[in-house]
Amino acid sequence: MGLLSKKDAKLITDPLADNNPITIQVLGICSALAITAELKASLVMGIAVMFVLGIGNVVISLMRNIIPSKIRIIVQLIVVAALVIIVDQVLKAFAYELSKTLSVFIGLIITNCIIMGRFEAFALANKPWRSFLDGIGNALGYAIILLIVGFFRELLGSGTLFGIPVLGDPIEKTGVYSLGYENNGFMLMPPMALIIVGLIIWVQRSRNKALIED
Amino acid sequence: MAMDTDKNSYTILFAIAMVLVVGSLLAFTASTLKPTILEQERMEKQQNILYAMGVNGNEGTGDITFVSKELVDNGSGKKSPKVSVEFAKYITKQLVIENGVAKEDKQAYLIDVKKEQAKAKNGGTRRLPLFIGVKDGKTYYITPIRGKGLWDAIWGYVALDENMVVQGAFFDHKGETPGLGANIKQRYFMDDFEGEKLLTDAGVFKGITVAKGNNDPKNLIKDDYEVDALAGATITGDGVSAMIKKDLKLYQPYFENLKKLSSN
Repeated sequence: MGLLSKKDAKLITDPLADNNPITIQVLGICSALAITAELKASLVMGIAVMFVLGIGNVVISLMRNIIPSKIRIIVQLIVVAALVIIVDQVLKAFAYELSKTLSVFIGLIITNCIIMGRFEAFALANKPWRSFLDGIGNALGYAIILLIVGFFRELLGSGTLFGIPVLGDPIEKTGVYSLGYENNGFMLMPPMALIIVGLIIWVQRSRNKALIED
Repeated sequence: MAMDTDKNSYTILFAIAMVLVVGSLLAFTASTLKPTILEQERMEKQQNILYAMGVNGNEGTGDITFVSKELVDNGSGKKSPKVSVEFAKYITKQLVIENGVAKEDKQAYLIDVKKEQAKAKNGGTRRLPLFIGVKDGKTYYITPIRGKGLWDAIWGYVALDENMVVQGAFFDHKGETPGLGANIKQRYFMDDFEGEKLLTDAGVFKGITVAKGNNDPKNLIKDDYEVDALAGATITGDGVSAMIKKDLKLYQPYFENLKKLSSN
């Protein structure tokens, strides 16, 4: 028997494609628009969400039998906010440079619908280990879309990947710039993220007809 | 036996317990980590000041690299962060200008420019920190500046010579848009300021404008009081121009005085 049972493995693999939180559940769009102008920011946001969602799901799952249903949303919000603040403080103390890159996005994690969605839909009804896997799986699904969007936006908008020039030097006109290519400033604007997410949804649904709703 | 979690009394008790537990946890985390965070902020200021005067780990073009925080021998057999050792080596004098009078203050780098700006707004006198550094026999006057970007605060350090010509600059921001306004922290933008003049030939303060669509995108002309703007970051660029004009102008009397003293 492997490390994960078939059922457990599905918790990780399902959100990567056929139950992706962004393209199928259409959650977490706001942060996908805001931070995907750079690949590095997309990666950092993906890792931060993975941490908060993984741990948060476990905490909510551990408390699932004692949370009063009337205030469960507030409790979930407190858990995610507390986790985000702790992550922020620890990063500030021990990884100051990284915390500066993260600072804008940390706040966005609290408003990320995926987190509240997973707490509400999964962690409140499942055991901690399965909740943890579900959190990691969903965060991975979220991160993959962010990375795809970030890749196209940074490449076509700035001509770089992770800040490294790959299309040549725009000022000295080397690489594809010498062929007349210009950086497309529109790619750096938030609406372009929405268009790329739309294209991903289109490609995904045209490949898998089962995803199309009647 | 299953608990009745729907009772009002249980809900209230749960809420109180939750607030106490989370509150204590956060308070404990914050108070434990505070000294480490303050130390990190102090070293960051030192790195930024040194960066502006050209003491950094940069090679060629690309990302900005600061003097590192690794522990090195500080000369007296003890270990200190490299940035603090370099700061003590290169920054020869730290001044605080108040009401036109410049006084030496070894803790000038700890002055909070934001608080000083607020003080001036409320009718108080603003203390202006100024760092004097010497590198390769050349003197640099490094001034902190602070202003508003599109979303939040932007700030920086500008190194000047005695004629108020920019020798180096460092800009940073709290929450500008990645890929757009956040690019004020990119080397290609900061390096453009090098050599730009702040004063006209007649000695009138003019500042530097972050200009869109100017005729000098490579920024080869150094006396046009303009640097090329960042695409898609108009408001952040305007914020940079404004903070340079507003904050650096305050230092002009000091430089005039400096000139008078050297000509006498």
